[in-house]
Amino acid sequence: MQLARVIGTVVATVKNDSLHGRKLLVVQTLDRNLESSGKPMVAVDAVGAGVGELVFWCRGKEASFPFKREDTPTDCTIVGIVDSEDHVRR
Amino acid sequence: MIIARILGTVVSTQKDERLLGKKLLIVRPINVDGSDTTGYVVAVDTVGAGFHERVLVVAGSSARLAQGMKDVPVDAAIVGVIDTIDVQN
Repeated sequence: MQLARVIGTVVATVKNDSLHGRKLLVVQTLDRNLESSGKPMVAVDAVGAGVGELVFWCRGKEASFPFKREDTPTDCTIVGIVDSEDHVRR
Repeated sequence: MIIARILGTVVSTQKDERLLGKKLLIVRPINVDGSDTTGYVVAVDTVGAGFHERVLVVAGSSARLAQGMKDVPVDAAIVGVIDTIDVQN
């Protein structure tokens, strides 16, 4: 899992059936100092995160585990919201 | 998932039989502002996307979870057509 900042939203009407009703968010991945590193990605939200929040996300096939794991095609899912940036030891 | 733009199509006759009938597209990853990056990916289309559209591409083993892709040898699948992207500065 990695830390990321939610920086935006994505709207897609035509999509895989099992993604219907799921929130798609743009996340900017962060390094251990909470500085931006790498390209933004689109993540499926599993926890109710919002723009501006510090979150952690899961990549790979495990990203589908919060949902119906056999038919939810996602390789990037937000699985937790960090309570406070002070909680991230640097 | 990555954001990509559809650049073209791939036609292949001799392929794994589980890929028969699947539409193969060439997509280029793009930035959230719509500008191009480098490189390309051949992805299977599962939603009926068209030329030049911005799409969501799932990579890795999760691509096999897309509709009709069970046990199909793919590692990139188009799972959505993007209407809008809203990014805050």
